[in-house]
Amino acid sequence: MSEPPGDTVTLAEAPPTDEPSKLLAAQRVLPLRRPGRWIVTAIVLLLVAQFVHGLVTNPFYQWDRWSYWFLRPTILDGLLITLEVTACSAVLGLAGGIVLALGRLSKSPVLRAVSWTYVWALRSIPLIVVLIFLYNFSALYKTLSVGIPFGPAFFSFDESRLATDMAVAVVGLSLNEAAYAAEVVRGGILSVDQGQHEAAAALGLPKGYQFRRIVFPQALRSIVPNYVNQLIGLIKSTSLVFYVSLLDLFGSAQTMGSTYPGDIVPLLLVVTVWYLILTSVVSVIQFYVERHYARGATRSLPPTPLQKLRTGLTDLRARIRREAAV
Amino acid sequence: MTVTTREALADVEAATVEVHDVHKWYGTHRVLDGVDLTVRPGEVTVILGPSGSGKSTLLRIINHLERPEIGHVSINGELIGVKRQGERLKELSERAILTQRGRIGFVFQNFNLFPHLTVLDNVAAAPVATGRLGKPEAQELARELLGRVGLADKTGAYPRQLSGGQQQRVAIARALALRPGVILFDEPTSALDPELVGEVLAVIKDLAASGTTLVIVTHEIGFAREIADRVVFIDGGKILEQGPPSEVLDTPRHERTRDFLSKVL
Repeated sequence: MSEPPGDTVTLAEAPPTDEPSKLLAAQRVLPLRRPGRWIVTAIVLLLVAQFVHGLVTNPFYQWDRWSYWFLRPTILDGLLITLEVTACSAVLGLAGGIVLALGRLSKSPVLRAVSWTYVWALRSIPLIVVLIFLYNFSALYKTLSVGIPFGPAFFSFDESRLATDMAVAVVGLSLNEAAYAAEVVRGGILSVDQGQHEAAAALGLPKGYQFRRIVFPQALRSIVPNYVNQLIGLIKSTSLVFYVSLLDLFGSAQTMGSTYPGDIVPLLLVVTVWYLILTSVVSVIQFYVERHYARGATRSLPPTPLQKLRTGLTDLRARIRREAAV
Repeated sequence: MTVTTREALADVEAATVEVHDVHKWYGTHRVLDGVDLTVRPGEVTVILGPSGSGKSTLLRIINHLERPEIGHVSINGELIGVKRQGERLKELSERAILTQRGRIGFVFQNFNLFPHLTVLDNVAAAPVATGRLGKPEAQELARELLGRVGLADKTGAYPRQLSGGQQQRVAIARALALRPGVILFDEPTSALDPELVGEVLAVIKDLAASGTTLVIVTHEIGFAREIADRVVFIDGGKILEQGPPSEVLDTPRHERTRDFLSKVL
């Protein structure tokens, strides 16, 4: 948004002699006034107030029904499923992502090609297709066995017993998540300066130590914000597990909604608020994790919100005192 | 396997470095074209040469950060990065090469300190990671070495909180932590503000006096004259001349050497 020009100093008023300019030298410089910014701020505040007012007073939202549903056991059970599926897929997805990223950065062309193809395929196929495909997997492969490839099997599993709804959901989401995580991790590793690899090699640090203690911790600085972004997407993607008959947060609300059609809107609001809470919790954790890995990268650590609030208040008080003095 | 700090601090025997007929090329570009060099124990060798002459590559070949196409390097008679197999040389496993590098200190132009570790951990990391010292012993050694480079009060700082000169001194302490028989310096003062060069050179001079074998690539001619036992001039991937500083710097025999010195002095 463009700013209207502030009050300009008329040159004609400028003192012609040396005498007053010495006087001016001791003057405090008044910052440019920006009336346009105040007007826009006022308009935005008005719009926000109107929106909040509508949200609270519009009977369409049925807030009494919302409070009835918000902590219902069905909803909380669904929330638990959402959390479980998210946590398992986030961990498995990241682990898979690290392996795939190392594959893509490997010197072996076969490992590079296999990792690239996996990422290409899983990023191309919609998650819902992966999930439904896995759901019907037992029809394609009746048993899973562990043994010599193309040779005899040592153990066999009955696929239909292994593939619970939960397992299908976690495997599907992890497969999908690993493809995206691979790129996030790869980007993080590439962001570490080549000199770090060289210094670690020149010191003769063992290969595993080089990755775990030197390269990866530095890569995490760029992996964390990107992976959290990914994680927030994942939290919401878990709503798709409803299609493989797992009743997560969204699924429970959806089921209740078909039983009590009048409550669809408050139920959707219940789901929205829970997702907002989950995302907020993740964002707070992100801040502190990022701060942890910022050690050494910046000369001083970024302030925590509490510290920011405290310095903000001190600044404001000082400013008011100054304005009052003028 | 692990030793005490006192043992780790005991004087290290200075190493002999031998570079034998080393050739290195990238594609069709020849970087080194048959380099032979012997550095005696405790000797300070300064390598001079115009940029792109192959002097940094030579240094990186000595600790096998780069693999020579032809030729070999040995330290105290032990081949570096390769082993003899009948009539041929075969590259060692990565693990074996990493072990050998523990005996060769390397100081980079851009310090390359680990920014996420404190100064103390930067210095203590290698002895712990390679299993030579337990953590407390390594930290004691690190404190001792940081004191020696004049940074005893900076142990808890992170590298980015230090000046360039201080960072390079930490890097030297880090290289010393493995008690190497030879230390290689790749333009150790080129990334520093002029006023900070002196403090780093003073530390290197100290090392030279303590009898460690040093190989230094630098553009500081005055410094070379002061501490070098031998100056080596490289151009176009070949050693053009070498000898005591009074010979190479004051009465160079080669036209290219004269030309180079007239530009940098």
